[in-house]
Amino acid sequence: MKKSVVSLKDVSFQYDSEEQYALKSVTFDVYEGEWLAIVGHNGSGKSTTAKLLNGLQFPSEGEISVCGLQLNEETVWDVRKRLGMVFQNPDNQFVGTTVQDDVAFGLENMGIPREEMVERVQDALKKVKMDQFLYQEPHHLSGGQKQRVAIAGVLALRPSIIILDEATSMLDPRGREEVLETVRTLKNEKSLTVISITHDLDEAAKADRIIVMNRGEVYREGTPEEIFSMDEELVKLGLDIPFSVKMSKAFRQQGFQLSKHFLTEEELVTELWTSHSRM
Amino acid sequence: MMEKMIFGRYVPAESVMHRMDPRAKLIIIFLFVCIIFLANNWFTYALIGIYTFIMLGMSRVPFKFLFGGLKPILWLVLFTFLLQLFFTKEGALVWSWGPVKIYEEGIRMGLFISLRFFFLILMTSLLTLTTTPIEITDGLETLLNPLKKVKFPVHEMALMMSISLRFIPTLMQETDKIMKAQIARGVEFASGPVKERIKAVIPLLIPLFVSSFKRAEELAVAMEARGYRGGEGRTKYRQLSWRMVDTLQLVALALLTVLLILLRA
Repeated sequence: MKKSVVSLKDVSFQYDSEEQYALKSVTFDVYEGEWLAIVGHNGSGKSTTAKLLNGLQFPSEGEISVCGLQLNEETVWDVRKRLGMVFQNPDNQFVGTTVQDDVAFGLENMGIPREEMVERVQDALKKVKMDQFLYQEPHHLSGGQKQRVAIAGVLALRPSIIILDEATSMLDPRGREEVLETVRTLKNEKSLTVISITHDLDEAAKADRIIVMNRGEVYREGTPEEIFSMDEELVKLGLDIPFSVKMSKAFRQQGFQLSKHFLTEEELVTELWTSHSRM
Repeated sequence: MMEKMIFGRYVPAESVMHRMDPRAKLIIIFLFVCIIFLANNWFTYALIGIYTFIMLGMSRVPFKFLFGGLKPILWLVLFTFLLQLFFTKEGALVWSWGPVKIYEEGIRMGLFISLRFFFLILMTSLLTLTTTPIEITDGLETLLNPLKKVKFPVHEMALMMSISLRFIPTLMQETDKIMKAQIARGVEFASGPVKERIKAVIPLLIPLFVSSFKRAEELAVAMEARGYRGGEGRTKYRQLSWRMVDTLQLVALALLTVLLILLRA
């Protein structure tokens, strides 16, 4: 039985200035140790969901609980200790003047004694392989490095859940892979739960589970295989299909018999170079 | 463009001055600015001069560097000298040419005031040359801490300063980017009449303002998400350490003060 660490029940949310609901009775659970991708086009409510999870906004209706804590104005600070968030813009979440100061920021906020802080900062930076850059200033770092520092800042607080709120969307492909690889390793090492809000479907393809959001509602929930077999339906929602899935489809149309839809390029390539022997 | 300005420019080096506690440096500079007014004859000015140059020597900041950056300010020193020279009308007449009369006291006052000016600038730039802005911020925060009792937002002020410092390079990079984007659209920043050039700054400033506000908002959200809720109950990662050198420096300054009081006219 999978343990639910985050659960949303009939959550609705409306921004003050808008008539339409940004979220309409959204219900889903996030299970311990899984990598959940939430996808959707702009305005689908995926970023609003992230804000609600962290108590940056409170739902107009419905209940959210994180690690057994009912999220409200009293518990919000405890919830934030358990749930770390990495935002989109690498520059606009870098508070400290140097790498180590930035990682320490969250710890300072929690009133952790200095000796322990030093240890935790070192430790967290080592985990994201940024321990060589302790005294470096942010403008000398690449986007991917800044995002890794942001992850270290979150790790130092020892959360059980990490939310990536489009954390890779402003990075170049190399930075993106760097950040995702870091999170993947950490997830396995520390049995973290990862919620990744993204519109990069190649990233979503590697998740354990995907939630597709549309117009503030959960449109579909399922494994990457299930979601990407929706095909044209996804395109109608303003989303794309990963390149490898498109390729598999094209192959099939040309009469090549592939064993399944391939979610990642590596899988597809392997299938292709081994297929000759089977034909 | 900012590179050439000496104010606020830190020169990294291994020296006694660099390793001093920023609090000690701040106190010393503050007191120095006060006691320099005690000097009123050649003896006392010479003392202050010797003190200043010893401090400069200890900082290991190359002299070339120090004076190179001081050039624009030297004009100001020269100007005050000339002002004193022509407008003090005391003492014996030294030289006259038509309506221009120069008196003995004028030369003396001119020299004294420009020397005072000169030493002040050297000492204050010594602070910024040997102390990183963030150290100065930390130093100020601890020194001003007692003001919390009268509800002065010391922590907030220090945080504001450190965030501004952190964002200066980011905004400079952004300015550069916007500038290039506008040049690509035909805005001319470097040529044309002055009036046109001033006008050209507007399409630079507005996007910069808009993005700064956006940054501020996102930063605030990120800070909140990382548990920031004001200075209450917060611990500090960066630490200042007061050492023997700092106490010795203060003692030296105290001795200088005593000597100045004894030797002044």
